[in-house]
Amino acid sequence: MLTLKQSRRLQSLIIGALAWAIAAVIFFPIFWMVLTSLKTEIDAFATPPQFIFTPTLENYLHINERSDYFAFAWNSVLISVSATLLCMCLAVPAAYSMAFFETRHTKRTLLWMLSTKMLPPVGVLVPIYLLAKQFGLLDSRLALIIIYTLINLPIIVWMVYTYFKDIPVDILEAARLDGATTWQEIVRVLLPIARGGLASTMLLSLILCWNEAFWSLNLTSSAAAPLTALVASYSSPEGLFWAKLSAVSTLACAPILIFGWISQKQLVRGLSFGAVK
Amino acid sequence: MADLKIRNLQKGFDGTAIIKGVDLDIRDREFVVFVGPSGCGKSTLLRLIAGLEEVSSGHIELDGQDITDMAPARRDLAMVFQTYALYPHMTVRKNLSFALDLARVGKQEIEAKVANAARILQLDALLERKPKQLSGGQRQRVAIGRAIVRNPKIFLFDEPLSNLDAALRVQTRLELARLHKDLQATMIYVTHDQVEAMTLADKVVVLNGGRVEQVGSPLELYHHPANLFVAGFLGTPKMGFLRGTLNRVEADNCDVQLECGTHLTLPLSAAGLSVGSTVTLGVRPEHLNVVSTGNGRMQVTADVSERLGSDTFCHVSCASGEMLTVRVRGDFAPRYGDTLTLDFDTAHCHLFDADGQAVAKPLQQAA
Ligand SMILES: Nc1ncnc2c1ncn2[C@@H]1O[C@H](COP(=O)(O)OP(=O)(O)OP(=O)(O)O)[C@@H](O)[C@H]1O
Ligand SMILES: [Mg+2]
Repeated sequence: MLTLKQSRRLQSLIIGALAWAIAAVIFFPIFWMVLTSLKTEIDAFATPPQFIFTPTLENYLHINERSDYFAFAWNSVLISVSATLLCMCLAVPAAYSMAFFETRHTKRTLLWMLSTKMLPPVGVLVPIYLLAKQFGLLDSRLALIIIYTLINLPIIVWMVYTYFKDIPVDILEAARLDGATTWQEIVRVLLPIARGGLASTMLLSLILCWNEAFWSLNLTSSAAAPLTALVASYSSPEGLFWAKLSAVSTLACAPILIFGWISQKQLVRGLSFGAVK
Repeated sequence: MADLKIRNLQKGFDGTAIIKGVDLDIRDREFVVFVGPSGCGKSTLLRLIAGLEEVSSGHIELDGQDITDMAPARRDLAMVFQTYALYPHMTVRKNLSFALDLARVGKQEIEAKVANAARILQLDALLERKPKQLSGGQRQRVAIGRAIVRNPKIFLFDEPLSNLDAALRVQTRLELARLHKDLQATMIYVTHDQVEAMTLADKVVVLNGGRVEQVGSPLELYHHPANLFVAGFLGTPKMGFLRGTLNRVEADNCDVQLECGTHLTLPLSAAGLSVGSTVTLGVRPEHLNVVSTGNGRMQVTADVSERLGSDTFCHVSCASGEMLTVRVRGDFAPRYGDTLTLDFDTAHCHLFDADGQAVAKPLQQAA
């Protein structure tokens, strides 16, 4: 028989092992991608896959020669950041009214908004393509900013709504009685209290925009093309080059990974700031 | 100055009437307490005054100005919430100064006002803390401080003491009473605790089911309840009620035949009621006496007793099954099931007609 202490220990060991296993499974593709990017094309195709090889940077050099990485990266940054900010500007007022001035229709509206995400994007490809063309927005950043804002809006509103729902309405009413206008109530009371949740929402929005490939591939060609378009350009015409594809994917993921990693620390701090001081 | 007039105020939520026509006058510097059972609309009425809920119909007037549709921010009222509702991301100092800050009051004036409120409420040492780092009682004081710094026309309190433990509640109750005297402020206070209502109020408003049952000073309500509801609601233990019929009606007295068999002559003028009509007799525990067997008026059976040391509350059941509570000074321990004989202090008995309205007032009023 195990004592209570021993069984606790065993339990935490098993949970720990499971967590590591899941983390390894999730991390493996990224690890493999980075590894492949450092191989020669011949090594990359080898079966069985090789773990030991002479690393090379030639893939990265090739990419740098063939295309202007920073132009693509700059497009990605501009589009993701603008779409995220625009999305938040729309989502905060929407979530505010739904969370604090609930009507009989609020729940249904929320569900309806989310249900629009069930539509396959390809279903509206032609109309949106034609609209973009009509307004002269093909291969423009503005088109992607608008579309990203709109496709992420339901999820972002939903998330902000749940964060707002956690805030007791009394606090906002106190501010109202203290003489705050709606603007002051939101900017000086609501947003600071919800800042942890808002920050994670914004991070999610950034990631979603950064990785979006369907619309960026269909609506841009060169001038406004973000990193996803750059990656795609390595996968088709001249056949598959695993090593180069891996290298360009690594380059495409790197900024958002690093940003996510840095801001995660900030996020944890931000989330616990109010609680512990 | 703060003169509040409420005229035929009504409020419904989704078609359900909650406040069903309230008329009320609150004068400058009055301490008004709304009491009533849970769900009777006390908080709703307070929130209507504050402007946090939209009025369905009727008017609210403050100092002659119609504020029915005015935004809460412009009413110049301060509210202390049951949950305190402090701003969690601000220090105590910022919490106190927030309203002044919004009103663009000068820095020095803000500092002086915050310091003053902090001194009154003994918050000096806590000014740089966040609400999370305060105890319940301290948060409560910050919430009150937030109202004080503003020097509002009216203070609104919604059950501000209900989250405090018993000892702190008594202490804070005294502090509030003192604050009211010191600040010379008009206060409206919601509670379902009748001790708070009795001790704090200049004027008690008893609400029931969205209507005002009676308005008056605490002792007026205690001694002259206008109806069965007020009579039963105020006073611990509750007033006892016995059903009966009127036997004889004179100008200044009447006879009541109680269902439990006892016959009483009350010094009450039941003019307007006819002989034979159904009535309810109300008698408070302190107006019943246990007397030695023989010369009493009513035989009852002892139920459980609550012995508090200073007083004993004996619960007894009458022949008709109706329950009464008798207050005996000092210690007294009847055995469960014993037969006791009760005497009525008829001068202090209340009589209610079939609709529950008090039909006649006791001639004498002394407690
Ligand atoms: N926003 C709302 N929507 C619908 N019904 C409401 C709303 N607010 C209050 N009510 C209803 O109005 C009635 C009165 O509520 P209120 O909060 O005023 O009661 P109260 O007298 O303050 O009770 P308590 O002593 O329990 O605080 C209740 O039946 C409640 O369900
Ligand atoms: Mg209430």
